[in-house]
Amino acid sequence: MITFDDVVKVYPGGGTAVDHVSLELPTGKTTVFVGPSGCGKTTSLRMINRMISPTSGRVLIDGQDVAGQDEALLRRGIGYVIQHAGLFPHRTVLDNVATVPVLLGKTRREARTAALELLERVGLAPEFAKRYPAQLSGGQQQRVGVARALAADPPVMLMDEPFSAVDPVVREQLHREFLRLQKDLGKTIAMVTHDIDEAIKLGDVVVIFRQGGVVAQVGTPQELLADPADEFVAEFVGRDRGLRSLSFDTAAELPVLPVPAELVLDEAGRPLGWKTGADDVRPTGGTFTSADTLRLVADLAILSPVGIAVRVDADGKADGITPHHDLADYLAARRG
Amino acid sequence: MNLDYLFDAAHWDFSAGSIPQLILSHLWYVLLALAIGTVIALPIGLYIGHTGRGSFIAINAGNAGRSLPTLGLLMLMVTLLGLGLLPVLIALTVLVIPPILTSAYAGLRSLDQRVVDAARGVGMRPWQVLTRVELPMALPVLMSGFRSAALQVVATATVAAAVGLGGLGRLLIDGLAVNDYSRVLAGAIVVAVLAVLLDLVLAFAQRWIVSPGLRVSR
Amino acid sequence: MITYLSNNSEAVLAALRQHIWLALLPVLLGFVIALPIGYLGVRVPWLYHPLVNVAGVLYSIPSLALFVFLPVVLGTKILSPLNIVVALTIYTVALLARTVADGLRSVDPLITESATAMGYRRFRRLVDVELPVALPVILAGLRVATVANISLVSVGALIGVGGLGQLFTRGFQLFYIEPILVGIILSVLLAGIADGVIVLIQRAVTPWTRFQGGRA
Repeated sequence: MITFDDVVKVYPGGGTAVDHVSLELPTGKTTVFVGPSGCGKTTSLRMINRMISPTSGRVLIDGQDVAGQDEALLRRGIGYVIQHAGLFPHRTVLDNVATVPVLLGKTRREARTAALELLERVGLAPEFAKRYPAQLSGGQQQRVGVARALAADPPVMLMDEPFSAVDPVVREQLHREFLRLQKDLGKTIAMVTHDIDEAIKLGDVVVIFRQGGVVAQVGTPQELLADPADEFVAEFVGRDRGLRSLSFDTAAELPVLPVPAELVLDEAGRPLGWKTGADDVRPTGGTFTSADTLRLVADLAILSPVGIAVRVDADGKADGITPHHDLADYLAARRG
Repeated sequence: MNLDYLFDAAHWDFSAGSIPQLILSHLWYVLLALAIGTVIALPIGLYIGHTGRGSFIAINAGNAGRSLPTLGLLMLMVTLLGLGLLPVLIALTVLVIPPILTSAYAGLRSLDQRVVDAARGVGMRPWQVLTRVELPMALPVLMSGFRSAALQVVATATVAAAVGLGGLGRLLIDGLAVNDYSRVLAGAIVVAVLAVLLDLVLAFAQRWIVSPGLRVSR
Repeated sequence: MITYLSNNSEAVLAALRQHIWLALLPVLLGFVIALPIGYLGVRVPWLYHPLVNVAGVLYSIPSLALFVFLPVVLGTKILSPLNIVVALTIYTVALLARTVADGLRSVDPLITESATAMGYRRFRRLVDVELPVALPVILAGLRVATVANISLVSVGALIGVGGLGQLFTRGFQLFYIEPILVGIILSVLLAGIADGVIVLIQRAVTPWTRFQGGRA
């Protein structure tokens, strides 16, 4: 667990970057610091590995004040990933990944063998090992950056806008892999981003900062969307937060009605479309299963020509429908 | 060793061989070499930089020029052409050409190509692109090349004295010949001060002719 | 020219040998001295501009003046090769100290920062990360210094110690073109070869630079 105990950072110019922040970052979870630029989120992150020292207050890792520890040794035990990856241009991909193990005293050969396995873990083929960073795309560089941070198997990882320098398609892909990797590894991660969507998607806990280095709200993504503490948070998480909060629940408990005659099926029972006139069949616009999110159900109800979302079973056979007013009733009842 | 020679008022009248007179002749060689060298090197450097043709020459001109021993060149020219201003000028001009050519080329090449594209996009003709966009933007690099050329020539023009011409080298060569180290010291100091002053003048000129918009990111 | 060479091969070779070590020893010495000075210019930011200015003034002292002048300061004999070595070392330091500082300053702060965050201590970071990344810039400066030194040595002939420069003064005094030509050609060749060797070394020790430039 990483603890911020009444931490303040005032810069010599007089600006307060971090203003009496107290936080707990749970072990094995991803905590995302998010907020507008200049809100102190990066300063806070960098106080964890002593790249910045607090003016007052303490930062503790598992109860140990970082201020009392040797800087270099502390940092070797904390993975660090930054925007543009910050790879060493003069070292091959493999030697970049092997950096920290070598610093910790491993032989180059041992470190390289381990590095090769890590590359595979982050989705890079072995032939990339001998290349230099300049020969990689932005997304590939970022993967190497993650592998390098993981190389010494540190329990704690710091990530400073790790995915903001790549295009949306690659970012999407990196997000998926990040979630998969974190599910396996269960690191204690502190991540900084300015993108609230990224925070909601990747964070177990989200910390929203506001200007002046003040924490506006801490909570799970669901909590933030459902119950923003104030106007600033509500504005920051966005106007469609109601719709987005539906992403966190599945349609498992959503009641359905029996399939009506107006839904045209093929021989196997798969939906073909809605009969809206004598010879007029219009496509359903998609289907959902009980494992899909409520957000998808809402989306389908809106897209459907008749305002009804169609549920299918694992074989794709239609096994129920939910009209939009039933969905609305369900959501209203769920809110209590 | 002392500063007697430098501070002796008798050496500061304008008679032949006095310090002011040597400064003038020294400056004369420097300015002539810089002028001729610029007239030759600038168009070539700009042409190569603008068209991209012959980059090889521009890239290697710098090192090739530096590798030519000026003293050898000077003595070769004097042996071929006889004593006089011409062989000295040729040797010094050869020294001036590479840095100016290379910096003119590098100045144009280092430009943000999007700006050049934009200039073409708004309908400028090649000549207009060169004179209104590329040249003004390349000026900082170009001027730094010109300044290093000037520094080099000021220092090297002293060897003119070795083949019997004037300039501040006289103080060095003659002082050495008669073991008058005070005179040698005077020569060294005056040349160094002259070089620094000339560089300052050029730095001011640069501030004056380079657009303030290019000064911000330095 | 061929006849001149065959008749004077020993004198020419001796001049060439002297030229080589008079030019290259200062490169080595200057490089070793310039490294810590250049590093200081980065480590202590307010030192950078004074460093650049002092280097500029040193470089603008005419070589002839320095050659003549050093015996007085050092107490060496006027004909001592030491004068040339010290003078050229001064030029090399003036040139390379700035290059080293500029090279180190050119290292992307993101790279030094990520090295720090990974647990590098200052000295090891300098040796393992900053210097290697700055190497292309530093080696480019080393090329300039080497080539400049090789052509400057000959000015020493005016005070009696100048390697191939002695061929110039001899030819000039005798009004005889061959030795001058031979001297110029050998000097230029020597500079070209030395330059080429540094380029080869640079290729060998900075293999990554071949891939840069294509992508940011």
